[in-house]
Amino acid sequence: MRAAVVRNEAVMNEPAADAIVEVRGISKTYGGVEALRDVDLDFPRGKLTSLLGPSGCGKTTLLKIIAGLIDADRGTVAVNGKKVSAPGPERAFVFQDFALLPWATVLRNVAFGLELRGTAKEEREAIARRYVADVGLAGFEDKYPHELSGGMRQRVGLARALCVDADVLLLDEPFSAVDEQNRRKFQEDLIRLRTNQNKTFIFVTHSIEEAVYISDRIVLLSPRPGRVSRIIEPDIDRSGDPDRIHRDKHYLDTVEEIWQGLKQYVE
Amino acid sequence: MAAGTEVDRAAGVASLSRSAQAGRLFEKPVVLRLLSIGLFAAAWQIAGLIPVSFAFPTFSSTMAAFVRMMADGSLPAAYVSTLQPLVLGVVLATFAGVGIGTLCGLWRPGEWLLIPVFIVLQAAPVAAFIPLVTFIYGIGMTAKTLAVIILALPVIVLNTYKAVRNVNGSLLVMSRSFMGTRWQEVFKIVLPDASPVIFAGLRLGVAAGFVGVVLAELLITPTGIGDLITFARSRADYAGMYATIASVIALSTVTLVALQWIEVRVFRPEKRGG
Repeated sequence: MRAAVVRNEAVMNEPAADAIVEVRGISKTYGGVEALRDVDLDFPRGKLTSLLGPSGCGKTTLLKIIAGLIDADRGTVAVNGKKVSAPGPERAFVFQDFALLPWATVLRNVAFGLELRGTAKEEREAIARRYVADVGLAGFEDKYPHELSGGMRQRVGLARALCVDADVLLLDEPFSAVDEQNRRKFQEDLIRLRTNQNKTFIFVTHSIEEAVYISDRIVLLSPRPGRVSRIIEPDIDRSGDPDRIHRDKHYLDTVEEIWQGLKQYVE
Repeated sequence: MAAGTEVDRAAGVASLSRSAQAGRLFEKPVVLRLLSIGLFAAAWQIAGLIPVSFAFPTFSSTMAAFVRMMADGSLPAAYVSTLQPLVLGVVLATFAGVGIGTLCGLWRPGEWLLIPVFIVLQAAPVAAFIPLVTFIYGIGMTAKTLAVIILALPVIVLNTYKAVRNVNGSLLVMSRSFMGTRWQEVFKIVLPDASPVIFAGLRLGVAAGFVGVVLAELLITPTGIGDLITFARSRADYAGMYATIASVIALSTVTLVALQWIEVRVFRPEKRGG
């Protein structure tokens, strides 16, 4: 049995071999509450990294700062070696509340990122059709969001983010508004989708099981102020039957280990 | 036994679907609307036959007067003269109202400068300004168009402003994350998202525009529909008077229905048939 690679504070800050997103000294205070303090993090290219922690640990804030949707008080974010402070074409966001246009069809919603960039209608719809099929929504192109279930709506949100061909996908608790059964199916699909897409995922979640199930790397944040407390790399083989992962001893051990570490922050 | 329950269940389903079908006939909007119009006409007819007042004609004599006035050309001629300031005023109020409302919703100084004015205008009995309008602009087309605009504009501006202010913030963040420009934000997110409330304001505004034009024709200058109402009353031709009034109400209703159709067709296709 292989052991999880757990890094402690001392070795945490060593630069990763190929970091696509580099976060340096990020601090953010909201109306007197210190959401993040001096966060240094590297996100390796092509990996799925989860930001995990109890509510109030600033994980969504950190994700939105990386996305350029919130300005940090101090510190820098670099993507592909270039400093960023606003949204850019190399990053795409998947929203917790889906943020779909209720008046637009699935196809137009998926193509909306390209529509904003001025891609011609035919071209963007052809691209969008491909991603609609990739996320398992073929046949639903002409439906409106209110005709879809929560899980299907988030698939639209994911397809929209994939459609703009960004290097980094930022997912803000994408499954928190999706029911349990759909969430598990979606998680399985995400693992499958990752093997076809050569993309870096940064994934915010408060579910330990979810983080261990899908992540190459888990960043544990401690709350008030949000700081990196540990980085865990669960060494789980995700090829083959996805259901097997849930019974994997190593998966269960890692979940337990993270829970023991987070327990102290839960009141 | 198992088969028996099966049959019972099937029978239950069949009878259920039959009653559902009968129910559906009543749920059809067209059937219900025609029924409601029929009931209204019948009540009118009975009230006219009692009669509730010597100045209250029956439904049938009103309809007869309507046909007569259409045939002799007096009603069409009146509408030609009334529709000019009405259409002009409503179109101007629509564009100006949605424009000003959007500006005030997006731009703080605009909100502080203009919104109080429109709140006062909406609260004021604006019809009282109509003689003032006559005083300044005379009795022509300008005065009548202006009467339509002062009645229609405040509600359109205020509804648009409120709708734009309450736009779904997460859609704006989404647009920003995909690098949408400010203009794209306004035209692809804000206006479509606000359109149901904007259209509610437009419906109220158009109805107010009808009030404005009839008031102007009754108060300012005896032309068009207002003149026809006054003229019929002065001759004690109550059927003619009611036919004219009823035709204005019908036209106003048809306009509002058309507006709703445009809204669903063009701006909010997801509400079609839903």
